[in-house]
Amino acid sequence: MRWKTVEYSGWGRVESATGEIARPERASTLAALASERPAPAIGQRRSYGDACLNDGGAAVDMTRLDRVLDFDAESGLLTVEAGATLGDLARIFAPKGWLPPVMPGTGFATVGGAIAMDVHGKNHHGAGSFGQHVTSLVLMTREGPKTVKPGSALFKATVGGLGQTGPVLSATIQMLKAKGDVMIVTEHRIRNWDHFLDRFARTDTTYSVGWIDATARGAALGRGILEEAETGGGLVKPAKRGKRVPFNAPAFTLSPPVVRAFNAAYWRRVPDSGRTVVKPIDDFFFPLDKILDWNKLYGKQGFHQFQCVVPLDQAPALKAMLDQIAASGLASPLAVLKRMGPGRAGYMSFPMEGYTLAVDFPNVAAAERLIRALEGDTVAAGGRIYLAKDALASGDAVRAMYPEHGKWLKEVTKADSDGAYQTSLVRRLKLRSAP
Amino acid sequence: MTTWIILGGTSTIARVFARSAAERGEGVILAGRDLDDLNASAADCAARGAPVAEAVAFDARDRKSILGIVERARTLDAFSVAVFVGSMPPQDQIDAEPALIEGTVTDSFTGPAECLTRLAPLMEAHGKGTVVGVGSVAGDRGRVGNYVYGAAKAGFHAYLSGLRNRLGRKGVHVVTVKPGTVDTAMTWGLDKLPFLAQPDKIVSDIFRAVDRKRDVIYTPIIWWPVMTVIRAIPERIFKKMSI
Repeated sequence: MRWKTVEYSGWGRVESATGEIARPERASTLAALASERPAPAIGQRRSYGDACLNDGGAAVDMTRLDRVLDFDAESGLLTVEAGATLGDLARIFAPKGWLPPVMPGTGFATVGGAIAMDVHGKNHHGAGSFGQHVTSLVLMTREGPKTVKPGSALFKATVGGLGQTGPVLSATIQMLKAKGDVMIVTEHRIRNWDHFLDRFARTDTTYSVGWIDATARGAALGRGILEEAETGGGLVKPAKRGKRVPFNAPAFTLSPPVVRAFNAAYWRRVPDSGRTVVKPIDDFFFPLDKILDWNKLYGKQGFHQFQCVVPLDQAPALKAMLDQIAASGLASPLAVLKRMGPGRAGYMSFPMEGYTLAVDFPNVAAAERLIRALEGDTVAAGGRIYLAKDALASGDAVRAMYPEHGKWLKEVTKADSDGAYQTSLVRRLKLRSAP
Repeated sequence: MTTWIILGGTSTIARVFARSAAERGEGVILAGRDLDDLNASAADCAARGAPVAEAVAFDARDRKSILGIVERARTLDAFSVAVFVGSMPPQDQIDAEPALIEGTVTDSFTGPAECLTRLAPLMEAHGKGTVVGVGSVAGDRGRVGNYVYGAAKAGFHAYLSGLRNRLGRKGVHVVTVKPGTVDTAMTWGLDKLPFLAQPDKIVSDIFRAVDRKRDVIYTPIIWWPVMTVIRAIPERIFKKMSI
């Protein structure tokens, strides 16, 4: 296997790494790599910060191991190589009446990445996290393939485990029965924070997500649009080809006045009485994927995403955080609020029952300071930040947020005693050493 | 609807080709040496809609396996063939061990040519079907850095031209595909790869050529003007160049 020295970055383009990358196309090649030169696996690098980087070290690009190995049309059990993307699986199986059980905000995420981050989606309140639908996975250990089943400590250390137990070769996933390959989406205009919480408490649809105007202040604080959706059958709209952002956008593109004006217009787009629309599956689950490299909209200095979750009873703390964000005037139009259920499958999984808020910020010093302050507020509220998005947290704070870190560390140390699978994030947060 | 016999089915481009054929509703018989890997690709093609998806053993250097392909083909109502076989040892390895030439030429030219010649009467009898032969821009001119592989591909190009001449009379179309550098396992980590293309692009160009019954294509198209210029350079000057 040849290695190629590459400079690569996370989705936020703030953090980058230089290192050797191998890109196996066959399971046998991955097995040889795992025994000769074990290195962390990376996929489509949709993590925003440094979770998908190994600066100064090696990494294994899994994107060419992306085949469907088995599908049972009766039970919906799907076995797939880890490099397959969830968007690809949705495209293949939705016409047959099955969807990936959990889909994050981008269809470019791979199955391996979805496992390593135990991702959640717009159905988290009911369906839980991705790892809860994995019925079996195969880890490529240094001794060869090893099947890992739910219930074992190794499974809990692998799901949400940041790739630290080694590369996932393939996984068996219980797919979700879908009525068809379109989404029936009802959009509600939300006046303010309390209105949002009230609607989230009453929503009973399978999928729900809130877009929030993180620039609105005062009485309008927390205004936004709630989308509630179910799968449906109907005419299939042909998929459009993705568009590209031709160059790094100039700084004013996402400047405060532009964002405020955009957000106000976007909010008014939905009539006060709400409306119901039919959307192709991709448009609902992966609205930004149509612009293939939208991360360039933030210019070449890149951007951060802050995402936290706080327990239900800490909603006032989250409201105070949103107030800080709105007062800063730094937020971009991309801000999401969602009520999560308790579902999680691994020791280091992000979800907890509560409210999760995700906001993008351009990479400027003031935003960095704000994110660090918000991280402190999250710890104080008994919440967590999402490591798939993080580039700024401190190790102590993260350990305080993830109480099962010790159990995870014990399993990871067994699977990888010499730390070969460490990534830039794991080193930055010192997650592989006991506190 | 046709069934593609895909020689060299484990190659990066072949895998993408098989997947696209499956999504077009066409059958695939993946032929190559690594049966474990071919079985995984066959399962993938079945999930994507291929009515026939199977793996068979094939080695361009093994006549028995070529005869096995012909036997399998005999049981098909109608079929098409796509050839992705080839091997490209670095020229300096060949210079150090000239015995490698035989294997390179067998993989990239004579093995697939023998298989196609044995399949040709069946295709003539059907009076339909397509042969896709993947050559290389390296076959357009012998270069110091890669001339044994280039010579094998040049031979294959001439063979395909003759085969087109023969089969075209019986309603079977032959497409010669000349890709430039493609982002595959074979080129991963190599330096100096001008106009590097993704396998998806090569495959969409191939299917367009199949559907439009094109004879010879360069893919991506930039290689057509590039190779037109390179072919036009007088040998007197070319022999002093290293490109």
